[in-house]
Formats: sequence, C-alpha cells, structure tokens
Amino acid sequence: MIDKIFFNFTRFSALLILVIVAWIFVVLFNHSLEAMHTFGLDFITKDEWAPNLNKFGAYAAILGSVISTTLAMLLAVPVAIGVAIFLSEIAHDKVKSFFGISVELLAAIPSVIYGMWGLFYFVPIIRDIFGGMGIGLLAAGIVLAIMILPFMAAVTRDAMNTTPDILKESAYALGGTQWDVIKDVIIPYAKAGIIGSLILALGRAIGETMAVTFVMGNVHHVPGSILDPTTSIPVTLANEFTEADSSLYFSSLFGLALTLLIMSFIVIAIAKFYFLRKARRA
Amino acid sequence: MTAVQKRIFINKIALGFSTLSAIIALAFLFWILGVLVMKGMSALNWNIFIYEGAPPGYDQSGLKHALVGQLILVGLATGIGVPLGILAGTYLSEYGKNSKLAHTIRDISDIMMSAPSIVIGAFVYAVVVMPMGHFSAWAGAIALAIIMIPIILRTTDDMLQLVPGTLREAAFALGAPKYKVIKDVVYRGAKAGILTGVLLGIARVGGETAPLLFTSFNDNFFTTDLNAAMPSLTVTIFNYAISPYEDWQQLGWAAAFILSMFILGLNILGRIILFAGKGK
Repeated sequence: MIDKIFFNFTRFSALLILVIVAWIFVVLFNHSLEAMHTFGLDFITKDEWAPNLNKFGAYAAILGSVISTTLAMLLAVPVAIGVAIFLSEIAHDKVKSFFGISVELLAAIPSVIYGMWGLFYFVPIIRDIFGGMGIGLLAAGIVLAIMILPFMAAVTRDAMNTTPDILKESAYALGGTQWDVIKDVIIPYAKAGIIGSLILALGRAIGETMAVTFVMGNVHHVPGSILDPTTSIPVTLANEFTEADSSLYFSSLFGLALTLLIMSFIVIAIAKFYFLRKARRA
Repeated sequence: MTAVQKRIFINKIALGFSTLSAIIALAFLFWILGVLVMKGMSALNWNIFIYEGAPPGYDQSGLKHALVGQLILVGLATGIGVPLGILAGTYLSEYGKNSKLAHTIRDISDIMMSAPSIVIGAFVYAVVVMPMGHFSAWAGAIALAIIMIPIILRTTDDMLQLVPGTLREAAFALGAPKYKVIKDVVYRGAKAGILTGVLLGIARVGGETAPLLFTSFNDNFFTTDLNAAMPSLTVTIFNYAISPYEDWQQLGWAAAFILSMFILGLNILGRIILFAGKGK
C-alpha cells in the first residue's frame, strides 16, 4: 500500500518534468499566436520595433543574439581550449587543483555580477579605446566570453581527460613532443567531446540575460558596427516585459521568448545528443 | 634547424600559448573577483542589515528588504523544488532505470538544465502572474523551483545509482518492501551526494536574476507578504547598478558581494560534504 503510494509519488514527480517542458512550449506558443497572425514571417525578418505604432519586428534582436554569441565564441573558444590544455597536460598537480577549483568557483558567480563589472569597468575601457558609447555588441561579446569561459574550460578539460593514458604514453614512446601528443592524440581522440562541450557553452551563452543586459544598450536597430548599441532577445525580454501595455506587445515578447527557447533547445540538443553521446560511446 | 629542433621549437610555442591563455583567463577572473571584494567590502556596513531600501541620497538605507526577500524566495523554491527533484530522481534510478520513459525524462531534464532562465520567467508570468493579476513571491519561487528541479533530479539519479545493488538485494532478502529499501538503504547510502546536489541546486538558483524580473518583480521596502511583489538581492543589484545614483550603486556592490559569498560558500560546503562522504 505505502509502496504503491511512494511509487506513484515518484512517478508523478518524474512525469512532471515532461509536463512542465511541454507546458512551457504550449503556453509560449499560444501567447505568441497573436503576433504570428499579425506579422507572419515579418516578425523575424523586419527590424522595426515600435510599440507606439504597434509594429514589432524581431530581426534586430535575433541578429543581436546571434552576433553577440558568435563574438563571445570567437573570443572564448581559443582561450578555453588553451586553458583546458594547460589544465589537463601542462600544469603540475598542485597548480592544477588550484586552477581547477578557482575556475569552477568562478563559474558559480552569478551572471548579474559579470554584467555589473562589465558596465562599470569594461565599458569605459572600450569607450576610451574605440570611442562611441562603449556599450554595444563588442562589450556584450567580451563580457559574455568572460562569463562562459570558466564553464567552457572546465567541460573541455573533462573531455580531454577522457583520453586513455596508454595512448598518450605510446605517442611519447615514439618520441613525440607534448604538442605532438596534444595535437595528434588527445584532440583527435576527444574531438567529439570537445566540440560538444563548446556547443553546450554556446547554448548557455545564447540564453544568458543578465551579463549582457547591462552592456547591450537595448536599441532596436540593426547595428552599423559592433560598437553600436543594439539589443538581443534576452535583453529585450528583460527590459520590456514589465512595460508592455498592449496584448500585441505581450504577444510579440512571448514570440521572442519562444524563438529563444527553440534556438537554445536545438543548440543544446545537438551538443548533448550528437556530440557528447558520441563521445561517451567512443 | 633540424627537424627535431623544429618540433621542439613548435612545442615550446604551442605550450607557451596555452599557458598564456590560462594566465589571461585567470587574470580576468581575478580582476572581477578583486573588484567585487574591494568594492563590496568598502560598501559594507551595519546599516545594510538594519535598514530597508530608501530613496537615493538618504543615509539610512540598507538591504534588509532584499536579504530577507532573497531568503524567502530561495527558501520557498527549495521547499518546492527539492522534494520534487529527489522524488523524480528516485523514480529514474529505482523504478524507471533503463526504460524508454526514464531515458526521455533524463534527456529532457538535461536540456532544461541549460535552457534560458528568462524564458522560464516568461512562462511563469503567463501561468501565474497573469491569472493572479499581480507579481508575487510565489511566482518567483515557482520560477526558481522549475530551474532547480532538473539539477536535483540529475544529481539524485546519479548518486542513487552509485549505491551498490547488493545492498538493495540484502534488504529485499530481509523482506523489506521497496519503499523501505529506498528510504532506509538507498537514501542512507547516497545521503552525502544528495545533500551536495541540493546545495549546488540552491547555489545555482540563488544567483538567478532573469526569471525573477517579471515574476517576483521588486520592491524597495521590507515585506513578508508572499502574495505581493518581493525584493531579491539579484534584482536589487540590477536595479541599483543601472541607477545613476552613487549611493545606490554602492549598495549594489555590497549586495553583489554578499550574494557571491553566499553562493561560493554553498559551493564550497557542497564540495566538502561530497569529499568527506567519499573519504569514508
């Protein structure tokens, strides 16, 4: 009797996850229907976002998300791979655990603090070097890159560490240098895992809100350069959700949320189910 | 240069770059940490714990409202998320095992773990805030709980699977019903791991801002009313940091420092528990 009740409780909780995820999709879809009916494809291809005229085109926000995450990836990937190589192959055990622990702890710092730091310390630097306002895609890309770096380095290191020692040792026995071993043994062996880890970090970066909200500017225009203020999907949501006054406005914001969810779902699913699963099987 | 010398040279350059990138990464991260500690420490004083929010320029302003609000929100979210997460993890590890359903749940929950938290805020806005007609602490706590469940589920699932099957069989052989085996043998064996998962889950949602922006919203005054907007440290940091007032920005740094210490503390505590559990 109690056995059955307990079983049903656990099954209910497990199924609840599926229900919540399905429910999120249904709710976002239903609420964005009005915008989809009104604008159709224009919603994602036009960049005019004028609440006072009831015109909503998300192109600038989508583009802003794509460019800021691309920039962040371009900056973070080489450094993260370097850090991962350092942690898994070069550093001595003591340095390794010190670095390892600090990297993991830094991954735990709330993103709002990265954003705040970016606004007060990094934006002025960009302003001094490049002129302009300082806030914009470049600032967002850099802050985002710094934010995902610890996570990215940690998972990439874990992927590299899966290389069996015996493979590395046989390459050393053939006279390979450390770099030969890294480039010809570790990277080919752990390729799927490394790519999966990088894409997973990308998935996180797309949905990251607070680190970029401070430094993006929230201007609904396709920027002329990466120094111009613009917006991205999470930035628009964070800034405008509490201000929306018409149902079409709300509907458009829900449409943005749905777009973001689908984008990150696809990216994360590719990372987890294609690359990381392949890595685990290998 | 001979071929060997060339390879050694290239090796040195490549390793040099790798070390350099590690130094660059660590420099940035310590820069942030340094700023946080310096700014936070200089802004800390007793007033912060005594007074609630005040208009800018007012001496007696503090963060009592946000500190209490944060504890209430995270506490409520823990109360909702932890039992559900542990039960769901129990189902996966003890009942579902390798069934198709269990694998689907694991996959979906894994994706949810990295899903954008602001979208969850929008979802909770649609299903809780809109029907109620106003922001509330409940809405914020529900949003945080939804983020927390997949984390707890995953660690519980992993940790329960580490408990050896022979222990379960021994308990079954004594005639214990399954729920008793789970409660008295499996949970007991995985206690440290589950606790670590819970602490990491709390640490993760404790730093979330985005899902609170339009669920629990914010309030500059002290409140314990769960049906009204509830201030939180994270949203307060956001609001104070983007304000043009120097003293509000100071409070923002103090809040950022307190929050980080809280979250780092939970993380370290979680690791210590896991480490101590493994040592046995």
